[in-house]
Amino acid sequence: MNSERIRGMTPARTTAHTEVIPMTKSHLELTGIEMAFDTPKGPFVALDNVNLKIRKGEFVSLIGHSGCGKSTVLNIVAGLLQANKGGCVLDGREVNSPGPERAVVFQNHALMPWLTVYENVELAVQQVFRKTMSRQRRKDWIHHNLELVNMAHAANKRPGEISGGMAQRVGIARALAMKPSVLLMDEPFGALDALTRAHLQDSLMDIQQELNNTVIMITHDVDEAVLLSDRIIMMTNGPAATVGEDLHIDLPRPRNRVTLADHPGYVHYRQEVLKFLYEKQRKLENLSQRRTASATTNQQARASDEPGAARA
Amino acid sequence: MTILDTTNVALPAGWLRTLSGRGSAALARAGRQLLLPLTGILLFVGFWQLAAPQVNTSLGSFPGPAQVFDQAGQLWQEHVNQRARADQFLAMQEARNARLLDANPDAEVKLRSYPGAPTFPDQVATSLGTVLAGFVLATVIAVPMGIVFGLNRHFQAAVNPLIQVFKPVSPLAWLPLVTMVVSATYVSDDPLFEKAFLTSMITVTLCSLWPTLINTSVGVAAVNPDLLNVSRVLRLSFASHVRKVVLPSSVPMIFTGLRVSLGIAWMVLIAAEMLAQSPGLGKFVWDEFQNGSSQSLSRIMVAVLTIGLIGFLLDRLMLLIQKQVAWNE
Repeated sequence: MNSERIRGMTPARTTAHTEVIPMTKSHLELTGIEMAFDTPKGPFVALDNVNLKIRKGEFVSLIGHSGCGKSTVLNIVAGLLQANKGGCVLDGREVNSPGPERAVVFQNHALMPWLTVYENVELAVQQVFRKTMSRQRRKDWIHHNLELVNMAHAANKRPGEISGGMAQRVGIARALAMKPSVLLMDEPFGALDALTRAHLQDSLMDIQQELNNTVIMITHDVDEAVLLSDRIIMMTNGPAATVGEDLHIDLPRPRNRVTLADHPGYVHYRQEVLKFLYEKQRKLENLSQRRTASATTNQQARASDEPGAARA
Repeated sequence: MTILDTTNVALPAGWLRTLSGRGSAALARAGRQLLLPLTGILLFVGFWQLAAPQVNTSLGSFPGPAQVFDQAGQLWQEHVNQRARADQFLAMQEARNARLLDANPDAEVKLRSYPGAPTFPDQVATSLGTVLAGFVLATVIAVPMGIVFGLNRHFQAAVNPLIQVFKPVSPLAWLPLVTMVVSATYVSDDPLFEKAFLTSMITVTLCSLWPTLINTSVGVAAVNPDLLNVSRVLRLSFASHVRKVVLPSSVPMIFTGLRVSLGIAWMVLIAAEMLAQSPGLGKFVWDEFQNGSSQSLSRIMVAVLTIGLIGFLLDRLMLLIQKQVAWNE
């Protein structure tokens, strides 16, 4: 009921993604995803009717407020969670369990602390290419991926001996080494300081330029989303979250963060996302909480004098 | 070096810092390494020397450090003598057999082992053998069981009450049961192990497997969920998942459990040997107590100190192994 109303309220300007992308080219397709979690107070509907089509080689960011079910979407694509309704199809095959063709980069690198950098990548390569690659080729492939993220120099170090940014690079190398058809990144740079984050974003753009992977990345960072993505999927607030807007970022590549800062297109896209997050979603949230009228006015007042929120 | 690690002298270290004040950190460190433990030992020996003569028993006054030291030397001397006699016995036996075979190549020769009573070092060796056997058996049982319980929440819930009930049971309560069961079930004309050895070993196992079991299951259940997801994404088989993710991740916890288990195993063994009259240090103590000579108390004291020292060394040994094996050290 409630969710129906929210969707009904979605501003007309929102472009339904299905109209934008030609059906034939879809590589990854989410259809009618509904996800509910059991809680002591009864089921909590996190996602309702999420539809998404992604083409091969597309870099897609999922953005939305905390708790809007971004991670749930990613985990369903990864196969780590099973949707209650609807499904996920990758290259014509339904996803119902995790697998290396949908490699995940976790927020906190998730490297095995007892293995060296090399061994961490090796664990993945061994598992995925044991039968198809010779020992020497596997070795070269591990080194190749470590070089791709500039971590070959620390091959024999343990995760505890390198910085968080370096560990995250290794996490990316491990994921890339699986030759995934979709690379899933769950706030990959969220735990890093701003400079390291910028550096890793640049590296990721270079790698993406070279390998042309399909990437789904969750982020909280508007600049990151605009800088890296071909498309930004903006999600409405939960419960019963769904795709709110689908923004195509038509900026030339390779992109440079310094020159882009002044680019009118960049500024426009950035503003679109900010508008969605801090105006539309705030309104929607308030509408769904109409009962608490006074709280709503307070929130609206706060929303209007919050220009700094853009940095979030 | 690591044997005189600072962990066991953490208390005096704090003292010294207050005594030496600022600016002498290096001295404090050196003192912590050597000076303070030595001071502690000397103070203890002094107190012992003064207090021992005050305690009068039916076997004379309580032995002081000098008498105990004396007795330790004597026990060693007895051991050396015994060895010499044993060698002599075997040499004579060999010579006699050779003579018999010379006279008649078909002669039936007998080979007997030396029939003398086990000496103190022999008893120590027996005890060490038993405790290690019991501890290894406990580990072999507890680690796999702990992994199973840690991996399966339902299993854990089912077994947890049993663990909680059996964990605090004293070895002395198990011992009669184990003795009877071993006597009833281990019947063989040519036994590989002596019954007494089996009884002590099984008692040690029953009492010492709990810390390892509990720690292993806690360690296994506490594996970082991200790492579990990595394992799922890689589609590791169950065996690889356990071997490459679960086990390495819980090694630090398992080793903490193993160290506690080994400490308990050693304590339990002495009690079991005393009660079961199975060979070992416990039996030595009990025999000396029953013997009741004027030297008995000193000899028991030697055993007490030996037990303590061996317990300490066993713990250090485990620590060394842990440092080699565990990734977080």
